[in-house]
Amino acid sequence: MNLVDAGLYGLLGSATVAIVMAIVLTGRVRNVIAGLAVLATGVAAALTGLATLLGYSGTGLAIPVALPLVGDLDALVLAPDRLGGFFMLLAGLVIAASALFGIGYAHGPAASRTGWTGFAAFALGVVLVPAAADAITFLLAWELMALGSTVLLLAEHATRQAVRAATIWYAVMTHLSFLLLLAGFGVLINAAGGTSWARMVGIAEPTASLAFALLVAGFATKAGLVPVHVWLPRAHPEAPSHASAAMSAAMVKMGIYGILLVTLRLLPNGPSWWAVVLVALGAISALYGILQASVQSDLKRLLAYSTTENVGLITTAIGVGLLLHQSGQHAAADVALIAALLLALSHAAFKTVLFLGAGAVLHATGERDLDQLGGLASRMPITALTFGVGALGAAALPVTSGFVAEWVLLQALIHADAKTDRLLAVVMPLTMGVVALTIGLGLLTFVKAAGIGFLARPRSQAASEASEVGFSMRLALLGSAGLTIGLGLIPGPLSQLLAGAVGASGIATTGLTGLELGGLGVVVLNPLALTALTLVLLAGVLVVNGIASRRHPRREVELPWGCGGERTSPRMEYNATSYSEPLARVFGGSLHTRRSVEVEHPDDAPLLVSGIEFNQETVDLVEHRVYLPAARLAERFGDFARKLQNGSIHRYVGFSFAALLLVLVLVTR
Amino acid sequence: MIDSVVVIVVHLVFALAITPVLIGVMRTVRARLEGRVGGGIVQPWRDVIKLFAKEPLRAPGSSPVLTWAPLLLMASSLVLCALIPLVSTLPLAGVPGELFVVVSVLLLGTVALAMLGLEAGTAFGGMGSSRHMVFTALVEPTVLLSIYALSVPAGTSALAAIVRSRRDDLSSLLNPVSILAIAALIVVVIAETGRLPVDNPATHLELTMVHEAMILESGGRDLGWLEFGSWLRLTALLGLTVNLAVPWAVAGDASWTALLVGVAATTVKLVAAAALLAAVEVFLAKLRLFRVPELLAGSFVLAFLSVSASYLVF
Repeated sequence: MNLVDAGLYGLLGSATVAIVMAIVLTGRVRNVIAGLAVLATGVAAALTGLATLLGYSGTGLAIPVALPLVGDLDALVLAPDRLGGFFMLLAGLVIAASALFGIGYAHGPAASRTGWTGFAAFALGVVLVPAAADAITFLLAWELMALGSTVLLLAEHATRQAVRAATIWYAVMTHLSFLLLLAGFGVLINAAGGTSWARMVGIAEPTASLAFALLVAGFATKAGLVPVHVWLPRAHPEAPSHASAAMSAAMVKMGIYGILLVTLRLLPNGPSWWAVVLVALGAISALYGILQASVQSDLKRLLAYSTTENVGLITTAIGVGLLLHQSGQHAAADVALIAALLLALSHAAFKTVLFLGAGAVLHATGERDLDQLGGLASRMPITALTFGVGALGAAALPVTSGFVAEWVLLQALIHADAKTDRLLAVVMPLTMGVVALTIGLGLLTFVKAAGIGFLARPRSQAASEASEVGFSMRLALLGSAGLTIGLGLIPGPLSQLLAGAVGASGIATTGLTGLELGGLGVVVLNPLALTALTLVLLAGVLVVNGIASRRHPRREVELPWGCGGERTSPRMEYNATSYSEPLARVFGGSLHTRRSVEVEHPDDAPLLVSGIEFNQETVDLVEHRVYLPAARLAERFGDFARKLQNGSIHRYVGFSFAALLLVLVLVTR
Repeated sequence: MIDSVVVIVVHLVFALAITPVLIGVMRTVRARLEGRVGGGIVQPWRDVIKLFAKEPLRAPGSSPVLTWAPLLLMASSLVLCALIPLVSTLPLAGVPGELFVVVSVLLLGTVALAMLGLEAGTAFGGMGSSRHMVFTALVEPTVLLSIYALSVPAGTSALAAIVRSRRDDLSSLLNPVSILAIAALIVVVIAETGRLPVDNPATHLELTMVHEAMILESGGRDLGWLEFGSWLRLTALLGLTVNLAVPWAVAGDASWTALLVGVAATTVKLVAAAALLAAVEVFLAKLRLFRVPELLAGSFVLAFLSVSASYLVF
């Protein structure tokens, strides 16, 4: 038995323990034991993934299955390759962090028997998807992941109406995704004559293009790309925070894994329109996602839209990689694919921090509306610090993983030789513009999220009474923030490992920590050296500052610059809605905001004003223009069908008779 | 390694020494053109020294951002000056002045300022911070695309290498790619450093102010760092633009003569550019806030055209 097989046994075993413990134990003990068992599942998955990336390959874990009345069935096989191993590592780390957070966080329905069983089943599903070596195992794990997350999402359905609506959207979209995948794999299995990945190679056109379209549509739905992103901004805010972290950081990545599986492993060397489709899908998602995120004031909804943005960037990177492979520029293409994996890992790290941080804020204040928060930096220092690190990562600033990932992507774009290829000459600059605008808007979004949420003065009673969260939650926050910084400081060795996962070459480590893209000439990034330079210069600034502050120490005054007046009421502070107002105006065409102003007058004096109420909400245009009309159409069809069923027994007998006649006609023809 | 350290030290000393002079020149040119006497070229130095001798204040309930944001802005500006090829195009060991690295160091300073604006919880701070971030977001595509256009002929995205290749091949200076990209970059410099017509650096009391609104709550040495840090950003960005536009006499290595020539040349170029900028500002009024995005969109179009041209010309 080697490392990979041992890891697979370990994760299956610990997930079983988690489910049993969740059912058997009660109260606080259940949180701790079931949480630790899920944590163990995550760690086992991460270790298995790491072992696979390091080059160990398992013999494969075959689970024999039998069904009554059916002949011999192929066994379900778990044997991750390097690409799968990378996604197991990613998902395992996220699951471990969110389970640790869940130990302290889960309360009420999320801490119930159902809650923890759902979480354990979901965790198992997520880590098994990339381990699957055939389509049937893949689909079973996929469905386990979908069902587990639906149960988790439903946790608070009894107390909040919004949860039910969110769950319906989620269940419909996730099953749409499943059906598309079923159809897509059906096409492949039919053409290949077997269910294992190894059999599904060398499928010819046009079957390949049909399978590509079906599978990418299915995976895009799970990944939350525009226009099938609508479940994300509903499901993520309503799920318990440790579940939203796992869903956003790990589960949507399975959509990305699927796209990579299809384009790199099952159907390599596809036509170039596949790549263009992926680039376009990704670029639109990235821009739309970050624009929507920038105007949200619900913290978790903001993070959900930002997930669409990041998944869009990853898809763009994959598309760029495929396009460059098409035009024969393999060095730049390899860099783009590495960028896709780095973006995925970095998003997993910082989005875990951000969702867990949002959970900590929710736990401490009961609020996730940024307009009601503020002043939390001095009340919850660890949460504020880690959320800040996550926000830096999301804004792609040094020295976080987000910066390294986007740096690699931009290097691929800038080093693509577009002089000979007209398609590239159009796609590359446009992609560059989209990525740059996304980075800029991401900066605004996360300055807003961190600044409005944690700085300034509390905007509500709840925010002013907040206190730091418990030990396990702080540990989970610090761990995932550490990963965000660590990947940003020492990107070299990991990137080199990832190169194996997508069959890339020319990626090397320089000076133990830095990253060198050898295929593109001498392109080097050494974050550690950059940090050292910054620290030396900062030290200089600090020395001067120290000398000045020895002579003139800082003085605390009530009301600086207050001119003797009263401190303004917190309601007069700038809040999240006002912060994004200029942006909402600039992008008025693509961000539809609805505003209403109601002025109340005293009964006896219609010219006086006794109160003003202002409401603003941002409407998701895709949801409004595509989904609601479709739902109305379906409803109208349903109304029409209802006319057939009027409850009269004679009519039903008539229907049966007509059906019988039809069958007879068909059979005897 | 030694050469890199020498170049970084020269860059830093040069930037620290010339920045207040540059601001002084700009203010004096502006004052003279408006018929005033002005405070003189060394007035910015006196301002900074005065600010450092004053105590900063702190309100109860404020967070460490109040203390740290000015220091981080200053540090990021210093890193910027070290990485940008102001005097020499020697590639630095370990920390190559690569386009995206430089831009993100610039953005770190921007974020520090924007966070400071939100810290005090006043309406003015939030307003300035919000506007500043919107402009930054819209400027970002132009920055990357315009330098991307210049990097296509040079075959690298390291700023020093781009300047060097333009200096060695003077024919690359006067072609559509170069002119469009430099024009786009000038708009970027104006927007990022808060000059007219995007923001008015000479006002404290306008509802439309951007930069001043963010630093309104800081005083004493905090304000000193903020002012100096912002001025350094101007020096760095203006220095990059003039060296890209007119790359003559920029040192290619770390020898003393080359560095001295480089320092002299960059000083002349910077002072001339600053005087020109100040002279043009006299004739400009501030744009309405919501007209600024149109200006930035225009600069994006220039940058995009420049990239397209770079594929056709080379």
